[in-house]
Amino acid sequence: MAYGFLMAGAVVCAVLAIRARQLIAAALWLAGSSALVALALYLLGAHQVAVIELSVGAGLVTVLFVFAISIAGDDALSKREFMPNGLAVGAVVTFCALLAWQALPLEARPTVTGAAPFQQVLWSDRALDVLVQLVLIFTGVLCVLGLLKETTAAATGNALQEVQAAASHSANGHRPAEPVAAERTGVEERA
Amino acid sequence: MDTVEIVMIGAFALAGVGLYGLLVVRNLIKVVVSLQLLVKGVLLALVAAGKASGQVALGESLALTVVVADTVVAVIGLAVAVQVRRVSGTLDLKKLSNLRG
Repeated sequence: MAYGFLMAGAVVCAVLAIRARQLIAAALWLAGSSALVALALYLLGAHQVAVIELSVGAGLVTVLFVFAISIAGDDALSKREFMPNGLAVGAVVTFCALLAWQALPLEARPTVTGAAPFQQVLWSDRALDVLVQLVLIFTGVLCVLGLLKETTAAATGNALQEVQAAASHSANGHRPAEPVAAERTGVEERA
Repeated sequence: MDTVEIVMIGAFALAGVGLYGLLVVRNLIKVVVSLQLLVKGVLLALVAAGKASGQVALGESLALTVVVADTVVAVIGLAVAVQVRRVSGTLDLKKLSNLRG
């Protein structure tokens, strides 16, 4: 019964995240869905994954969404859709029906006695996966660093443009000497 | 109905909602949201399948890899969205498309 409520709540949060008109609201509904999924994982016995999903999926990713939305701007979303709604619903119903046809009913097997614990499976049997995870995390860190660097560069460029505009207005249309020199230096560097 | 089957149906529904979002949504950041929902369904299905087959640890291990990959995909997608917004001034996928036909 609890699983039914959890799954229904997660799906409702997901639908609200898709239908939300504000990006912030969509990110918050996604976080709610992620938290309910984490609770379901915990009840299923996957404790480590549940904790990581709650901290990363519902915490870190939501912070990243809020950060990106604050940079990109939370415009009101267009009501027009990418493809006709009926066609999309038909494709999704076909997708879910095919999945259910292939996977259900599940043949529940008893837990393998003497099976390796999670730590051994992760660090020994799936060691290559851990290596790939390290590479992926490094890639993500580089992406965030690039994002922050571009943000700083854009802010510096805007400030320079404002100073140039103010200087040109104050000098009655004469361009100040330093920005021209700076531009010339930039051209020389590019050449 | 078994609890694992209930979780599996919920996972399929989550993946379906994510796929619907990918097909319908025009905003680049909401595309990333839809992708996250799709992957959450896959994550649940992995753990449920591991429990049903009696190999819980293997399902957990694969789910952990999926969580990490999903987070990195979200980071890269959001970084791309921010840069696209900065260069093009919009996040609308229809307006971003240069191909006409």
